Amino acid sequence: MNLSTSNATALIRARGLTKTFGSRTAVDAINFDVRDGEFFGFLGPNGAGKTTTMRMIAGVSPRTAGTLEILGSDPDTDGPRIRGQLGVVHQQETLDQELTVRENLLIFGRFFGIERKEIAERADQLLELFQLSDRAKDQVEPLSGGMKRRLSIARSLINAPRVLMLDEPTTGLDPQARHLLWDALQRLKRSGTTIVLTTHYMDEAEQLCDRLVVMDQAKIVAEGSPRQLIEEHASREVLELRFPEGTSRISKETLDGIGDRYERLAERVIIGCENGEAAHARALEHGLTPESWLVRRSSLEDVFLRLTGRSLDE
Amino acid sequence: MIASIAPRALSVFERNVFVYRRQWLMIATGFFEPLFFLLGIGFGVGGVIGTLPYNGVEVPYAAFVAPALLASAAMNGAIFDSTFNVFYKLKYARVYDAILATPVSVGDLAVGELLWSNLRGVIYAVAFLIVMFAFGLVASPLALLTPFAVIFIGFAFGAAGFALTTHLRSWKDFDFIFIILTPLFLFSATFYPVEIYPGALRYVVELSPLTRGTHLIRSLCFGDLNLLMLVDIGFLALIGLLGYRHAVSRLGKLLLK
Ligand SMILES: Nc1ncnc2c1ncn2[C@@H]1O[C@H](COP(=O)(O)OP(=O)(O)O)[C@@H](O)[C@H]1O
Ligand SMILES: [Mg+2]
Repeated sequence: MNLSTSNATALIRARGLTKTFGSRTAVDAINFDVRDGEFFGFLGPNGAGKTTTMRMIAGVSPRTAGTLEILGSDPDTDGPRIRGQLGVVHQQETLDQELTVRENLLIFGRFFGIERKEIAERADQLLELFQLSDRAKDQVEPLSGGMKRRLSIARSLINAPRVLMLDEPTTGLDPQARHLLWDALQRLKRSGTTIVLTTHYMDEAEQLCDRLVVMDQAKIVAEGSPRQLIEEHASREVLELRFPEGTSRISKETLDGIGDRYERLAERVIIGCENGEAAHARALEHGLTPESWLVRRSSLEDVFLRLTGRSLDE
Repeated sequence: MIASIAPRALSVFERNVFVYRRQWLMIATGFFEPLFFLLGIGFGVGGVIGTLPYNGVEVPYAAFVAPALLASAAMNGAIFDSTFNVFYKLKYARVYDAILATPVSVGDLAVGELLWSNLRGVIYAVAFLIVMFAFGLVASPLALLTPFAVIFIGFAFGAAGFALTTHLRSWKDFDFIFIILTPLFLFSATFYPVEIYPGALRYVVELSPLTRGTHLIRSLCFGDLNLLMLVDIGFLALIGLLGYRHAVSRLGKLLLK
């Protein structure tokens, strides 16, 4: 890894970044760089340490060890200046229920010390951009989940941040709301905003991220673009065999040689291979009788499975 | 330093202005409680008692009680905001989590909230002072200084209430606050002179922050400038400072972990 070349444009740079809560290590000596203008992701299951990492970056959680540099400064000593250039969307809703939709943007701008007139103009643009203009005068509470999330993102952009930080922005949204949000984020990225996102959805990471790190149990286990990660850690295709009565009685010998590698989950066997159809034929030759089967291209889910032996939503 | 912190603290204050622009009736309700006490106790009980010796002069009972009610109105205004409203924002609505993602610090946050809770105390005090004028209960033009003097009362109770609130776990814990406030209101030389208490008990009551606040306001309303008023101010400011420092350190522990 050539660190010196990637440093030149790194907006966020972490080395040996560590956070412990009592005896529990939430983030364990991780290294990463987020470059100017990129869409960077932390992919990992619940409890991997994603939120803790985001909080350290946002300067609301002092690190236990390691170095962290954000826009050239240390969040421990330069918190207010750094936060002035970040936009943060928390995993849990933090919209102000006592204010209307538009007031949420107006007052947030004031926290950043922006002039009222400028805030008002920007607020109206953002409401337009996130399709919330007709709800401007409404209270926050009756908004749908998708609208609230869009409002949270609009609010986090009121200070025109250099870096937008999104902690699991689509968790709990229905598919349509997710796609709407993905489109909005792609537009933002094209307009030059650097975006850092955490997710436990591999399709989200694959769709959005230029580069990502895979986190598991407080550590980074892989890093690269979605394509690189898949090429490096997974085979071209995947054959999934489903056994509703369980996979524990299937012997290792039966599974060997069907594909390049396999992972055994509770009710599924996942076989990485060059050609899924051919692997399926071999599986039948080996005497397997799955209830159902399917062949698909490898995804980040398979990368995670390969690296940790577990599935992301387990 | 003040120049850089002040605008951020003011933005936190401004948030409350946004909220209460629509809920000003909520604020108005807090004005009636001291008014009812003035009518019921000041004039009602006062009608039976008549006058009371104060600084060697006989004064109408209502005129004696009114400054204490003004002081406790300021206390209630500040306390209500720095306990109920702060708890809601801290534990329930995550308003502070959102605010701390901006350049606003926990210190700015506490200052902004205390400014607001103090304003609320001042509003009640001014409204009550007008009532006192209307009923002819003001003996001295120095009473016009009470809206400034209640800032110390609001600071002491606002900050102490804020500090206490950071330790509360659920809405049920608010019973504690009432357990403290009711005797504070009743026994802090509100309805009778502090000299009535026997021996050591008197000195305990003298240390009640509301006794100090009441003494400060009563002295002004009767135009009786005395050195003990400096002790009142110093004592209230000290409680305010300790409360503020504790609140800020607790906010840091709770929100910046
Ligand atoms: N304030 C805290 N106190 C104690 N443990 C915490 C705290 N915050 C997070 N943790 C622990 O740190 C680990 C990582 O949590 P988190 O960063 O929230 O993970 P993720 O966002 O990836 O789901 C978990 O084991 C969690 O229980
Ligand atoms: Mg999380």
